[in-house]
Amino acid sequence: MTALAPRVCVPVAAHDDFDGWRDSARRLIQAGIAPDRVIWSLPGAVAGDLFAGDPPPDLAGDAPPAAAPPVLASRDYLELAGRAALHADPARFDLLYRLLWRLQTAPRLMDDRADRDVRAIDALARTVRRDIHKMRAFVRFRVVEDAHGETYVAWFEPGHHILRANGGFFVRRFAGMRWSILTPQGALHWDGETLREGPPADRGDAPAGDPAEALWRTYYASIFNPARLKIGAMVKEMPRRYWKNLPEADLIPELIASAQAREAAMIALGGEQAGRPPETLAALDAAVAACRRCAIGCNGTRAVPGHGPVDARLMVVGEQPGDHEELAGRPFVGPAGQVLRDHARTAGLDLDAARLTNAVRHFKHVPQGKQRLHQTPTAREIDTCRWWLDAERHLVRPRVVLALGASAARALLGRTISLQQERGRFVPLDDGAQLLITSHPAYLLRLGEAARVAEAARFAADLALVAGA
Amino acid sequence: MTQPSTLEKLAILADAAKYDASCASSGTTRRDSKGSKTGKGIGSTEGMGICHAYAPDGRCISLLKVLLTNHCIFDCHYCINRKSSNVRRARFSPQEVADLTMAFYRRNYIEGLFLSSGIIKSSSHTMEQLIESARILREEYEFRGYIHLKTIPEADPELVRRAGLFADRVSINVELPTVAGLTRLAPDKSAPRIAGAMDLMAGAIVEGRDARRRFRHAPRYAPAGQSTQMIVGADAASDAEIMTKSSGLYGAFGMRRVYYSAFSPIPDASAVLPLKRPPLMREHRLYQSDWLMRFYGYSLDDVHAAADPGGMLPLDIDPKLAFALKFRDRFPVDVNRAPRELLLRVPGLGVRAVNGIVSARRMRRLDLADLARLTQSLTKVRPFIIAADWRPVILADRADLRAIVAPRASEQLELFA
Repeated sequence: MTALAPRVCVPVAAHDDFDGWRDSARRLIQAGIAPDRVIWSLPGAVAGDLFAGDPPPDLAGDAPPAAAPPVLASRDYLELAGRAALHADPARFDLLYRLLWRLQTAPRLMDDRADRDVRAIDALARTVRRDIHKMRAFVRFRVVEDAHGETYVAWFEPGHHILRANGGFFVRRFAGMRWSILTPQGALHWDGETLREGPPADRGDAPAGDPAEALWRTYYASIFNPARLKIGAMVKEMPRRYWKNLPEADLIPELIASAQAREAAMIALGGEQAGRPPETLAALDAAVAACRRCAIGCNGTRAVPGHGPVDARLMVVGEQPGDHEELAGRPFVGPAGQVLRDHARTAGLDLDAARLTNAVRHFKHVPQGKQRLHQTPTAREIDTCRWWLDAERHLVRPRVVLALGASAARALLGRTISLQQERGRFVPLDDGAQLLITSHPAYLLRLGEAARVAEAARFAADLALVAGA
Repeated sequence: MTQPSTLEKLAILADAAKYDASCASSGTTRRDSKGSKTGKGIGSTEGMGICHAYAPDGRCISLLKVLLTNHCIFDCHYCINRKSSNVRRARFSPQEVADLTMAFYRRNYIEGLFLSSGIIKSSSHTMEQLIESARILREEYEFRGYIHLKTIPEADPELVRRAGLFADRVSINVELPTVAGLTRLAPDKSAPRIAGAMDLMAGAIVEGRDARRRFRHAPRYAPAGQSTQMIVGADAASDAEIMTKSSGLYGAFGMRRVYYSAFSPIPDASAVLPLKRPPLMREHRLYQSDWLMRFYGYSLDDVHAAADPGGMLPLDIDPKLAFALKFRDRFPVDVNRAPRELLLRVPGLGVRAVNGIVSARRMRRLDLADLARLTQSLTKVRPFIIAADWRPVILADRADLRAIVAPRASEQLELFA
């Protein structure tokens, strides 16, 4: 073993003083001092280190020896080193110097991404880059009013020595504001024209709250979708160590705790729809009779199934069974049904060969004395019952569908239509059948004499179209 | 009823906006607020977007994402704001939106605004209101941050075009991958009209870029381009159909991004849609295929080949691995010789790892120890590569290969955890 060469102890003026370090490193390389002989002494480090060596030979000198060869450093290296130098790792300057030393004999070393030192500097640089990025993301300003107007003040705790490196970003972004960023390492103050540095600060130096935070917290809670809980993905990008300075973060536990219940409640509301549609009309009728998916299904009335041949070419869809239909258990046997039959006969339309059915299968009504008064079903009730109508259409496969009134039209098209705009012409349905919309015969019964004659003529004309189809 | 407070309105209108997946604030021009006319300008964009917070759903919160109003004359079944939905309604004025954006931006909560709206009165009226919010921000507050405007396809083409003068990004949602799905679930919308508006926007963006090339002072036009969103799992479209649609959108309209949004249960849902847990893993696989097509040189046919005969991508393994298992004869790939395009097809090698390999192999022949430093997981990569000191058993001989390379079930569950 050869005797140890004397070590040199080189000071670094500040934790993020990359330029100063670079000057020292250049002189050391020119003086031929190998990496294992250099000790980088950082501010605040304990003096009288066990290994502390002599002051470096030539560092204070003004010019490097004239004969010294130029020191080589690739662009890749300078870019990575500039960032890696800001890392909190106390050994970072050893790594940077070792790489610089190796670059003198292997100028393309930085291309070898599988090299241990290259990987290491890359990892440091990436950590610093992330910390810089996270500071830009997680600084939260709070407003203070003073003699000069509004000043925006933030307290932030960076993980590495990145405060100064990030100053430019905040100046470019908030040029038109007065702001201060306070950190345990130092502070930055912008007055609209110049950026000043200040001494290390305490959390207590920053304001404790801001009126806009209530809005921000409301926004944070509202934009969260409880059906997509992915806590891991959140924590990966917003590590817990930042949470204490984020005004929204204390909402997180409650949002997570309530998420599953909120999602389950939403699914339960619509969840009855799942399942396969029945495969025969008999099975369909049995299932409809037991359906309790909406309030009408639960009102104690009897379900009225569709009626007519399984292979009917025409399907007539009404709104819902009425008083007579509910008692008879068959559609279109009441007064409105009579109007429909009269007109159908005139138009030459054979209703016995048609499948007669309704958009909604139970009778929605309010009792009044001994009577049961019809009530129009809501859009949601029609949509709920649409599942049965779709199943019936799928089994019967009619070529032509006649929708009587807006409720029937909604059950077939899924939207609320304007009857007067869309009646009287054929539109294709998704299964290729032709749909014609017309008014409901019960409407004719409610009109005054003059209006009834006009409306009856239009109704007859629509039925004639269907008869001709 | 009393007027809701700003706080209540924000709660309603942010809640109504959360089903739009996009929150990106990247890919626009570099701008800052130094030297603004009045000296009061605020805001900057520096290429890379910033996520200022993350919600427990793992999604980035980069922009103030709200609706101007959740009143709507349309009745789209998948949408919480449809006419027949029984949710609380609220409405912001353009001025209120601009003020809220500035209040959030000055405190560094956001990168900017993503404004959308339910349709009130008419499509053109709604579009005018959206543009007005952006105009106030740009002209009255000298706001230099990011603005994303949702565009309403039914609005006057001149308004659709105007949106790009104030916004960094514009988007029109294609909503559903098939015309049949759109007709059934969004009966008031029309597929040709959506495509027409996208085409108009694509033309305006190209024109704007062209004008900038010739006249230095031509206004910037939607510098972050246009994007769109498709809902996954609300209709019967297969993954293959979705990717076909998506590839068409990238090609025909120069989309910057197509977002896939797993249909998620909503309060007071339409009875037409069976509610269930959102298909998050399926959504993830679609994003992976999208990535393969955009950054890894896979063609649409390659993605189709990775799917099963029904056109669905496997859920238990990623599409790249599925493709490799199907075409085993194309492996192993020699990391010391193979061209970049083939390396990108090796399961477990990302773009970063491939760049590292291509750069490092110029220096020397790479062995497994080198690859261990360059990749995330050697176990996953090893069956598909040849290195200086490694040659795998011929893949076709191994019946148990899928079991070796597929992730363990517990790793998959993590995404739902």
